[in-house]
Parts: sequence; C-alpha cells; structure tokens
Amino acid sequence: MSHILSWITFLPLLGAVLILLIPKSKSGSYKYIAVFSTFLSLVLAIWLWVGFDKGLAPNIAQLRASGPSLDMKAYGIQFVERYVWIRAFNIEYFIGVDGISILMVVLSALVSFIAVFASFLVKKPVEPIHNSLAGIQYKERAYYPLILLLSTSMMGVFVALDFFLFYVFWELMLLPMYFLIGIWGGPRKEYAAIKFFLYTLLGSVLMLLSMIYMYFFAVPTHGTFLLADGSHATHTFNLMYLAYNAHFKWVSFVTAKLLWVLLFIGFAIKIPMFPFHTWLPDAHVQAPTPVSVILAGVLLKMGTYGIFRMNFMIFPHATYWAGTIIAVFGMINIVYGALVAMAQRDFKSMVAYSSISHMGYVLLGMSSFTIEGMDGAMFQMFNHGTITSMMFLLVGVIYDRAHHRDMENFGGLARLMPVYTAFAAFAFMAALGLPGLSGFISEVLVFLGSFQAHRVITMVSMSGVVLGAAYVLWMIHRVFLGPVKHEEYAKFSDLNWREWTTLVPLMIIVATLGVYPLPVLHSMTASISALRSNILAPHTVHAMSTGLHAVSQIVKTTVGAG
Amino acid sequence: MISTSHLLYWVLFPPLIGAFFNGVFSRHLSRRVVHWVGVGMPFISLLAVLTAVLRLTGMGHDASVTATLFPWITVGTLHIDFSLFLDPLSSVMTLVITFVGSFIHLYSMGYMEEDPGYARYFSHLNLFLFSMLLLVLGRSLPLLFIGWEGVGLCSYLLIGFWFDDTTKAKAGKKAFIVNRIGDFGFLLAMFLLAFVMKGDLSFPGIKAAVLAPGSYFHAHLGFVTLVTLLLFVGATGKSAQIPLYIWLPDAMAGPTPVSALIHAATMVTAGVYMIARLNFLYILSPTTMAVVAGIGALTALYAATIGIAQNDIKKVLAYSTISQLGYMFLAVGVGAFGAGVFHLMTHAFFKATLFLGAGAVIHAMHGEQNIWEMGGLRKHMPITNFAFLSATLAISGVPLFSGFFSKDDILYQAFTHRIVVNGHQVLPAWLFQLYWALGLIAAIITAFYMFRLYFVAFTGSLRSKTAHPHEVNWSMATTLIVLGTGSIVMGYVGMPIEKLNVFEHFLDPVFEASAPFIHSTGNPTTMWSLMGASVTAAGIGILLAWLMYAGAWRNFPQAFTTKCKHLYSLVFHKYYVDEIYGALVVRPLMWTRDVLHQVVDKGIIDNIFVNGSARFVDLVGRGIRIVANGDVQAYVAAFLLGALALILIIF
Repeated sequence: MSHILSWITFLPLLGAVLILLIPKSKSGSYKYIAVFSTFLSLVLAIWLWVGFDKGLAPNIAQLRASGPSLDMKAYGIQFVERYVWIRAFNIEYFIGVDGISILMVVLSALVSFIAVFASFLVKKPVEPIHNSLAGIQYKERAYYPLILLLSTSMMGVFVALDFFLFYVFWELMLLPMYFLIGIWGGPRKEYAAIKFFLYTLLGSVLMLLSMIYMYFFAVPTHGTFLLADGSHATHTFNLMYLAYNAHFKWVSFVTAKLLWVLLFIGFAIKIPMFPFHTWLPDAHVQAPTPVSVILAGVLLKMGTYGIFRMNFMIFPHATYWAGTIIAVFGMINIVYGALVAMAQRDFKSMVAYSSISHMGYVLLGMSSFTIEGMDGAMFQMFNHGTITSMMFLLVGVIYDRAHHRDMENFGGLARLMPVYTAFAAFAFMAALGLPGLSGFISEVLVFLGSFQAHRVITMVSMSGVVLGAAYVLWMIHRVFLGPVKHEEYAKFSDLNWREWTTLVPLMIIVATLGVYPLPVLHSMTASISALRSNILAPHTVHAMSTGLHAVSQIVKTTVGAG
Repeated sequence: MISTSHLLYWVLFPPLIGAFFNGVFSRHLSRRVVHWVGVGMPFISLLAVLTAVLRLTGMGHDASVTATLFPWITVGTLHIDFSLFLDPLSSVMTLVITFVGSFIHLYSMGYMEEDPGYARYFSHLNLFLFSMLLLVLGRSLPLLFIGWEGVGLCSYLLIGFWFDDTTKAKAGKKAFIVNRIGDFGFLLAMFLLAFVMKGDLSFPGIKAAVLAPGSYFHAHLGFVTLVTLLLFVGATGKSAQIPLYIWLPDAMAGPTPVSALIHAATMVTAGVYMIARLNFLYILSPTTMAVVAGIGALTALYAATIGIAQNDIKKVLAYSTISQLGYMFLAVGVGAFGAGVFHLMTHAFFKATLFLGAGAVIHAMHGEQNIWEMGGLRKHMPITNFAFLSATLAISGVPLFSGFFSKDDILYQAFTHRIVVNGHQVLPAWLFQLYWALGLIAAIITAFYMFRLYFVAFTGSLRSKTAHPHEVNWSMATTLIVLGTGSIVMGYVGMPIEKLNVFEHFLDPVFEASAPFIHSTGNPTTMWSLMGASVTAAGIGILLAWLMYAGAWRNFPQAFTTKCKHLYSLVFHKYYVDEIYGALVVRPLMWTRDVLHQVVDKGIIDNIFVNGSARFVDLVGRGIRIVANGDVQAYVAAFLLGALALILIIF
C-alpha cells in the first residue's frame, strides 16, 4: 500500500473534516466517526509495523563519504513519501519511519484510538460544571475534531523528516491541546491551558531559532543537497541531509553546543525535564481524562523523540559532550519526581509526577550511549506510553464516580470495586517496574546501560526503584485498602464495558511485552546502534574540525550571498 | 511419555493456570471448583517434580535438565533466555516447595472455608507457588529475580489479604518496601555481574567464567566481595536478616497458612538458596563469607532473644523463623552449603507444621492469638498437639527429630570449618568458634522460648472463658499429620554418618566447585563432643522452660519482669528497632518529600520562576501602558528630555 504513512497521519484529520460537515442534528454519529478514523489509523500502523524491515539501518560512513542521495533506504528510512512542498525555501513534504520512530507511530495511533474511545459518553454528567465527567457530551462537535486534529499532529511529528514540516506539526499540536484543556478542563482550566501553551511555545521558539540557523548555515559535505524531484538546493531542512551530509559553516564546537542546548531545552520542556516540569501537573489535573491520556501517553514522548531525532542525529559530537549532563538531569527527574509524587494528595497529580520520574529513565538511558541504555530508553518511551495511559484512565474511572481525586478521601475501594482494583493494581505494579511486565525490562535495560557509563549517577537513580514502590504502594493503601471511608461510595458501579475496552488492550500489551519483548526490541535495535556508533565514532570530531577549516571561505560566500 | 525437560513445564505452569483461572473467573465459580483447581494444580506440580527428580537421579552424577522456552531479552551483548533448569539443588527446592506447598493448599481449604475471598486467596497462593518455582528453576540470575519479585508481590497481596484492616494493609506495604531496599542491592549486583560477564547471566555461564583459568573473578577479589555483598543485601531483605528483618514480624498479619508457606517454609529461604546457588562465587570472598556467617549467627541469637518476650503465638514463630534463617546463613557463610540447604528443608517441614498448628489453634480459638488466653489445648486438640509437639521438639534440636540433625550439622561445621585460599587459612579459627558459640547460645534460647510457648498454650488448663476449642477438620488434620510426621523423619536423609548422608551426597555436585576452599578440622571426637554440647543446650532450654512455665519456678517470670523492668521492656518492644528506623529513615524521607514539594516545586520553581516571569512580563506591560498612553505631547516632551540628557552625558 503506497502512502500508508500519510493515511495513518491524516485519517484522523479526515474524520475531523467529516464531523464538521455533518449537521449538528446527527451529532450522535460524531463519536463513531472519530473512533472509526482512529481505529483505521491504528490498524494501518500495526500493518506498518509488521511490514517494517527491522534490519534496515543507515551505513553512516558511506553516507558521509558519498554526499546527499535521493535513495532514502540508504539512510535507513522506510515508507518514504517525499514531495517538494515550498520550493522557495526547499521545504519538502518528507515523511518516513525508521527504528527510532516506528514504535512512536504505533504508540501514537494506539493511544489516540484509546483516548477517543475513552471520550464516549456513557451516562449524563451529574454536575454539568465538571465537563470531564463520564464522557464528553459537551460540545461534541468541537471536541472530536480537536482531538482528531491533535492525533494527526502528533503522528505528524513522529513521521516528519523535514525539519520545517516537523515544526509545523509540532506547533499544530498546541492549538487543539490548548482548547481541549481550556474548554473541557477542570476548575483552573484557563490557567493550566495558558501555562501549557506559553511554556511549550517558549520551547518552540528555541527550536525555531536553531532550525533557522541550521537552514542557513548547513553546507553539503559533497555536491549539493537534492530536492525530491532531483533539483539542487543550497540550503536544506531535510533532517537526513542535516544529520549525515552536512557540516555547519562557522559553527565552532561552542556554537554547536549552543544549538544543541537550544534544541535540548525546547524538547526538555516537553518531556518535561526538571526544572521545566511544573506545567505538567497543572495541565494533567485540569485536563479531561482522554486528554490526559494523550498528553502523558504520547505528547511527552515528543520531547525525548526530538532529542533522539535532532540532538543525537545532527549533533553527535555535542551529544557526546553532553552525555553526563543528560544523565544528571535524568537522575534528578527520577528521584525528584518520585519524591514529589509521594507528597501529592491529588490522585492525578501523583500520576503526573510519576510520569516525570519515569521520563527520567528515558533521559538516563539515552545518555549512556550504550545499546542497552538507548534501547531501554526507547522501549521505556513505549512502555511509559501504555502504562501511564492505563493509570490516567484508571484515575478517570474513579473521578467519574466520586467527582474528586483526593486520595485521603477514598479508602476501601478494593471492597467496593474489585475489578477496578485488580486493573489498578496491575497498572501500578507495572509502573513500579514489577518483573514480568514491560516496564521492568525497559527500566533494567536503562540501568544496565547507564551503569556502564555513569556509575554514581545510576546508583543514585536506582533509588527510584525504592521510592517508586513507596509512592505507588502508599497510593494503593490510601485509595483501595483499609475500611470503606464513605458509605455513599457503595453505590459505585464497577468498570463498565467502555472502560474495560480501553484498559484490556493496554493490559495485554504490557503483560506480553514483559514476557516476550523481542519483537519490539528488534524493531529499533538496528537504527539505535547506527545512531549510537555515530555518536561514539571519532569521525564526528573530525567532521566538526573540517567544518572549522572551511570557515573563512564560507563567511565570504555567505556575506556575498546575503 | 513427556520428556524430562518438558516435565519442567508441568512443574512450573499448573499453578499459573490455577492462579489465572481463579483470579479471572473468581466471582462466577463455586467453592468446589475453586478448590479443585486451586488445590489440584499444586498437586499436579508435585507429581511432575517427583517424576522429574526420579529421572534426574537416574541420570548419574552431575546431571541436570534444561528447558528453554524462548529468548527473553537480547540487546547488545545482553542475552537472557527464558529457560529453566533442574539440578540437585533445584530438585531439593522444588520438592520442598511443591510438597509443603501442596499440603498447605489442602490445609487452606479448611482454614479459609468461610472466607468471602476464597477464590482470590487461592489465586494469590497459586501465583505465589508459580513465582517461587520460577525462582528456583530459573537458569539465570534475571529469571531468579522475576521469581524473587513475584514472590514479593504475592507476599504483599497475601499479607494484606484482609485489607479492610488498615494495620494488615500497612504490614503488606512495609514488607514490599523493605524488600525493595534489598532489591536495590540485588539489581546493582546483577548490573556489575552483567558488565563483567558480557551479558551472560546464566548460572552455568557464571560458574564456567569463575572456574575458567585466569578468570576475572580470581584476579579481582574486591569486585567479587562487592557483588556478593550486594546480592546479600537482597538476601537480608527477602530472608529477613539484620538489618532488614523488620517486615517479617508484621507479615504475620496475613492468613496463617500464608505465614506457613511464604513466611516460613519457602519464600524467606530464597536468600539462602541464592547463596547456595552461587556458592562458587561466594567462596571466593572470605570477607563476604565472614559477613554472611556473622549476620546469620547474630540474627539467630538476636531474634531468639526477642522470641522470649512475645505473647502472640504467631509473633513467637515469626521471630523463631528469623532466628532459624540466621542458622542457614551461618551455615552457608562457613561454607557448609549442604548443611544450610538441609536445614532449609527440615525447617520448611517443622516451621510449616508449627505455623499450621498455630493456625489450627487460632481457628479453634476464634481468632485469639495471645498464648496467655490459651492453655490445655493438648486435651482439646490431640492431632494438633501431636504435630505441634513434634515440630517443637524438632526446632529445639532434640535428638532423633529432624531439626536436630540439620542444626547439629551446621554447628559442627561452623566449629570445624576453615576457609582456605591458595593453601592459606584466610579467616582466624576463633571467628568460626565464635559463630559456633553464638549459634549454641541461640539453640538454648530457642529450646526455651519454643517450650515456653508449648507449655503455656498446650498444657495446664484453658485460661480463656469464652473459647471452645475443637479439633480441626479433615483437610487441616491430614496436612498436620503429614507435615508433623515430616518434622520427625525428614532428618534421617541427612544423618551425620558419612555413608548414610544421602542428602548431602545428592547435593555434592552443586557444591563441588567450592569444596577446595573448605578445610575441615573435624574428627569423630570433635563431632561427638559438639553433638553432646548441642543436646545439652536443648536440654537446658527445655528444662528451664518446664521449670518456669509448668514446674516449680512458675513465679520466676513474673518476678523477673518486675525486677528487671527496663530489660524486659527493651526486649518486649523488640529493642525499639522499628522506632529507630522511623526516626532515622522514614521521617527524614517525609521531610525531604515535603520540602521538595512545598518549597522547591511550588515555592521556588513554580511560584518564583514560572509564574514570577509571567508576573514580571505583566508588570513591564503595565509599566509601559502608563507611559504609552497615546498622548503625543507627552511623547515629544519625553523625547526632548531624553535628547537633553544624552547631550549632557556626552559632553
């Protein structure tokens, strides 16, 4: 099937358009259109993963020697679609997947589908003030198109291989997210939405800055950059060319580090990395359940994915330089997130801080520059996506019934809702890294990898193993165990079919990947090891210095051209 | 016919199926179906184990069976297969686990009869059995670790089985978190090993690497010490040794058969198993060996002293478990691996019997656990009395009962063993003798507090006015008889006569690699005299208990507690260790957590930096609004003033 990636990306958007075309009198059909379009997208994504050539990896040495090429297979990219979009600025519609993005594509499709499904209305909200109750029946005609647009833009971020296109999708994602929190959110929704928006925008500005810088100052190592139709170009947004076929004129190592830091902060905000994390608990606490699921399940990964795709690929040498710094921040995220999670009374806020802690594992793993660590980081991104989605769905379940999330005011739910408790126990055990479930494998791989690179940092980070258990068990204790605190909770129904349907697939994935993770590990290993050897290879240093030698000549041409 | 390696699947998976079945369909099943599945599955495992072990013994010296399911993790150099293996050591472990486990399942049918969580109980207990079997059958350290964590989870679930009670739920949580601290060490050790082993963490792989000429391990003894000590940290958590034993007494909150199976017979011995499994690594580091034996001996004595002052029947047994585990660590620490595993096995029988007997008593007394409410139960519950008494005799080390053989073996080897590296004795002889002495004193105390328990609860007359004790039903009685008989006879497989010691001969191939490092100074004379000392110790303990709790010195305990109030209160409050941990660990942690949350997160980062920058922008905006008010005359005036100022500054 040709254009499968475009279909995966834009099917939700098509659904959104369709919803907008259908008159409000038939509003009952909206959710079905939404769920159907995301479901199709998910099916295609799985098909994509099955058809994905897991062994394909770029031969970087050869790429560097040969100069820009039109053959994207050589870059390790599959399912390529590439057309010239805006010729004046050499901008292309260039999408494709490799081992770094394939899992994110699947995750994004999966979480989108589940989030849309979780938006279904099952019963009328008890108090119309809390619009996030039970399901979305409030302004459905706006809600579903927005969440579908969000889904398309997330997917776009993961498949785009043109920096400009990437940036477009990245910014596009802000809009639906802002409205989804701002309209359907909780009592402080405006504050949370604006905070989210401004914070992410700040990151985007930094990214934009370095993007423009790269566009103007990247020169091909051999020949010229090529557009999709074979025409020559002097500047490029093509990420593959930027990574393997370019050096940056008068970019000294200091500037490279600066660019690296700009990009990194841009992405770090999204992860979110300490100290840029405070938007996350606010956004989560205010967002309705399905939006929280998407936010934690997919959006956070855009940050770490961006670091892999931009920082690691384009600036291998600066990345190598920054290894320890990333590890330190990873460690802070793990420990700090876990400790602050322990202090939370709000159920959702606790889960939000646990996300901060778990994303720290990703940072720690990627900083190790070992196969184990980087594979672990990638796998942790996927696992965090599935596990955290479950956790937010589960928080949503109880919020729908109790209309509050204060953990001190629950207690004894295990007696009242045994099935719910079983699911929650499963999800939270997965979160604390219980062996046999997927989170354990990624955690161990991360530690194993980073231990080879940063002994002390890893050992400190490993206290997350204990702290994670502490906050999870303390939560289970307060919410599920002990005597029933409020008799009126006895009327709570256990999980309904909609909740079952959203949780069971995630549960199966988490359990299966814990026992048999190989298929997933295999799909990324080839790309990750190429990426890794590029960072560790001595020629990255060399490429940088040849760049320096060419400075004077380049300055002339640039000034002349300007 | 099923091949031997496939038999291992028949050992491992039935409990998992049982757990799944009862867990998922719990609410739609009748009790009959629940226990047919829940109790039937462990017995299937037991049959499979028996068959497999029989076949293994027919395969000759040093045989083992491996069954590989699929590659589990292969990343970079790391390669871990999901594979099981059965050698003499795992044979012994699986036999004990499935045998004791199956009968405890049977017992549970009676014990949990009226519990509304019947299916949930069997589901958890089956899952435990599965995890425990995985722990001992796993062919690599990571697989052992899955089992290790799995049993921890089940322990958590079962301690807090009656979760409506906050204290019980809390006990489960405490067990899990304390164990996680141990896991920290375990994981770290595993990473260190993986690093050196280049990703191969299978036991045969590690063994081969250790034994290889010019092995890294021989050249880096510091590394070996570090790894083995870190693994031992994990063991102190799981096997409740100093300093991480604190969770086990609280774990008694769970149903009593759970205490018998998990917190006495099987799970808590995992640490001993792990060290025995890695004996070839441990023996390389004399430091680690001395630490392991030392912690073991100290724990044996320390926990025994606490046992004297406990009044809750299960708490007494809990501290005695900690103490007996101490003996096992003492054994493996002095290189008496076979004796350690032997004691593990006899202990599994007699301690399970004690707990099940206690369970029968508690069941009969309608939940009463205070021994001072009991009394005279001998008459009311003859079967229970038989089982409890045989097990008490066994744990006290009375000759011809199982515990005598294993405990005596440990003390003998502790006294006579020396660890030898390159022909040099590396640890002083007095250290071994000291460990022996600690063990011997602990043996006196053990006999004393166990018989104190027996005399108070089973002899004399019933003190409670409300209870009407009755004998147990058939499922509990069968189990008590089987395991009670086991507590008597299981010792005969390992008699201290060279030719008759079938048990340790069977295990020999496993410990072959460490044999050259162990030198025994023993001879028959030492053996008989040490045995005499052990018997005397048991005799003194029992005699004192009899005098104080059934004989002429009855007033002594009361008088002693009033006279030495402080000492008594110190022991009664378990040396205030929980309180000390609370002050040193828990409270600082809570403080850090609150400071990070309130001050750093909310105060500094969010308020000052994030919202502060918003306020700053807002302020600047307001400031500019005052000036930029659209009044052209004001603009011109400002312009002129500015120009004037500029001119003045420049010239």
